[in-house]
Amino acid sequence: MSHTSTVTTDRSPALAALSWLLRNHIWVFLALTIIVFSLASPYFLTLNNLGNILTQGAFIGILAIGMTMVMIDGEIDLSVGAVLALASALAIGLQDHMGVWPAVFLGLMSGAALGFLNGSLVALSGMHSFIVTLGGLIGIRGLVFVYTGENALMVPDFSYTEIPEIYLGPVSLTAIIFFGLALLFQWVLSSTRHGRETYAVGDNIEAAHDAGINVKRHKIINFTLCGTLAAVCGILLSMRLGTAEPNAGRIWELWTIIAVVLGGTRLQGGFGSLWMTIGGVLTLAVLRNGLRLLNTPNYVELMVMGSVLILALVLDKILNRREAT
Amino acid sequence: MSDVVLKVKDITKTFPGVKALDRVSFDIRPGEVHALVGENGAGKSTLMKALAGLHRPDEGQIFYQGEAIEVAGPLDARRKGILLIHQELSLSPELSVAENIYLGAWPTNRFGVLKKRELRRDATAALEALGCGFGPDVRVGSLSVAKQQMVEIARAEAFRANVVIFDEPTASLTDSEKDQLFHTIRGLKARGVGIVYISHKMDEIFDITDRITVLRDGQVQGTVDTRDTDLNQITRMMIGRTLDTYFVKAKAEFGAEVLRVEGLSNRPLFEDVSFSVREGEVLGLYGLVGAGRSELVETIFGVRRADAGKLFWKEGEIELPTPRQSIDMGMALVPESRKEQGLVLMMGGRENTSLPHLRLFSEVSVMNRAKEMAVFEKYRSALSIKTTGPDQAVSQLSGGNQQKFVLAKWLCADPKLIILDEPTRGIDVGSKSAIHELIAELAEQGLAVIVISSEMPEVLGVSHRVLAMSEGSVVAEFEGAAMTEEHLIDAVSHAREPVAAE
Repeated sequence: MSHTSTVTTDRSPALAALSWLLRNHIWVFLALTIIVFSLASPYFLTLNNLGNILTQGAFIGILAIGMTMVMIDGEIDLSVGAVLALASALAIGLQDHMGVWPAVFLGLMSGAALGFLNGSLVALSGMHSFIVTLGGLIGIRGLVFVYTGENALMVPDFSYTEIPEIYLGPVSLTAIIFFGLALLFQWVLSSTRHGRETYAVGDNIEAAHDAGINVKRHKIINFTLCGTLAAVCGILLSMRLGTAEPNAGRIWELWTIIAVVLGGTRLQGGFGSLWMTIGGVLTLAVLRNGLRLLNTPNYVELMVMGSVLILALVLDKILNRREAT
Repeated sequence: MSDVVLKVKDITKTFPGVKALDRVSFDIRPGEVHALVGENGAGKSTLMKALAGLHRPDEGQIFYQGEAIEVAGPLDARRKGILLIHQELSLSPELSVAENIYLGAWPTNRFGVLKKRELRRDATAALEALGCGFGPDVRVGSLSVAKQQMVEIARAEAFRANVVIFDEPTASLTDSEKDQLFHTIRGLKARGVGIVYISHKMDEIFDITDRITVLRDGQVQGTVDTRDTDLNQITRMMIGRTLDTYFVKAKAEFGAEVLRVEGLSNRPLFEDVSFSVREGEVLGLYGLVGAGRSELVETIFGVRRADAGKLFWKEGEIELPTPRQSIDMGMALVPESRKEQGLVLMMGGRENTSLPHLRLFSEVSVMNRAKEMAVFEKYRSALSIKTTGPDQAVSQLSGGNQQKFVLAKWLCADPKLIILDEPTRGIDVGSKSAIHELIAELAEQGLAVIVISSEMPEVLGVSHRVLAMSEGSVVAEFEGAAMTEEHLIDAVSHAREPVAAE
């Protein structure tokens, strides 16, 4: 027992790197997909296309940030797609009545309020978040249809669509916002009390409770964050499209969950990070973009995506087992 | 009052139907290790949970450093300086050692940003004070159980605890890890920490503790200095004497031998056990918790694998069976924890009864519902089970009625030998005597019955013959007039001393 004592603290850098890779295998997977598509399509590895991938991925990515927080808590939020649609509809629909920025602000608040509602229901009623947010997914989508009258809402002034047209080289504002938020929340996870609570609650809820952590308040906060981020995504989408469709964001909650799980965040909670989620989001975006460049029919794309998800999870199981022994 | 760090006065705690603690008083001095002993259900864990703020006592007071206090919750207890170290550790495996030591009480600035340097520094200091061989940055999930326990003990340093309560701390430790733990406990003791030590293992208690308080049925039986007592006295205090109840004993008409065990061993649980049981005979297996009784019958049944020994079924030698083979041969094992092993709580009585014998109740995999219903009704009336119907979830039934379904489930396969592990634990008095009558009835029908029990009057009352087990060996066998409480107590307590001395 005593002879191993000094070894545990300072491992060789090579071992540390290997261990990091085993826990963040998604980056290896991402590198592989990039190599494969670079070889398969001459259009893939162009600055323009890579910029596109980042922008396309950023929408799911912003949803995935909130989902990661909620999933490390051991919960899930299925309502993000519907919340996104509502926020986008409000941000456009209210502009006639109050001007652009108040409408955007109210759109944001709608997301925060719905997240708060989801969180309160989960934390206070003891119902499983899967059921609560499944109800949210259906109910909120219904609300969107009522509000939009089943039509796409058009923005009154098209200068609204120019707001996100800021680029840093090939990188769009949307992508910059995604990376900024991801870094911010990674910092929250690793360096704040709230972040430590998130892991503690998801990992061993009894221990967290015994340690005096207010588990209910904590979960409500994370669901509220998740709802707010969904609204951010909805508003950015409305700026990009200039319209708010009642069907916007449909099944995006599934893509989001796939991206987060692909990254390696554990569905049961207690384990995960936004580094992993960024990896998962980019891998998903590269796959979708690459398959489209190769003119893959839509149904084939779905089949490939499904298989990749299962494959990634199998890989995760194998790698984690190896690490455990 | 300065020589007492924590004092408990007249604490009473009632749960529905049970008085878990009945005016319990005891105190802990700084720098002493105080053992809390008693059989299962004596109230030890309720008492320690009251101290750690997990249960609120109905009556009574807790004095800490001379002042009456209320413990609002585990964190409050920890902040005050009372630390409970559970058998199931209260840690977050994915967080680092430092983060776990200060779980929920991390140093932060006003905005909730962690002061990582401070956290690391304080945690390192706590780990060094204990002489732990690992740093603060290691992920707790990658540590051995013994080291995880050290992380919890490091909280005692970090929160400057004056009282540390250990609940069965050696349950999953190896011998060398145990020595390490005792070294740590002695270190805490030398610094004036008052320690409560809860354990079933008597050799440990005599090794490390200064005083012993014995609990039985929620009451304190007495507190003695470890130096001035011996195992015999403690055992007597733990077991005590309960009022004689009326027991029905089956007529002693025995048939052929059903099962014989020769030299069965499953180290380190038990060693070299031999006995036999005949048709119509009730064989009692008595011993304190940890004597290896349940492990012995589980090995016979095939749930655990034996290292050595022979089994004879109806006088023919057989290979050590798998549970499936045991059931097919006509052996039935009714386990101790019916919730975990015996019943599917969400299912009704009908489905639970037929569960182990689905083949008897089905044709080409399709269940024969009428047959199932008939069997359910048969046992419902035979055992007078109180249930609203065949589909009432057994989770809604009382402990006694649940236990009857466990019995029904095994009886409907027509076994030749039935093994009952603590058949009356946790059930009310009325159901207890119904179970005792049933045991007698089964034996008179020609079944061989093995009854494991920690209740001496029960085991003496229902059995024709009793084996006393201690520390994994059968130490004595009593029959007829020799079956007395005195003999049993002597057998299980004396047998331990030479073992502990080796």
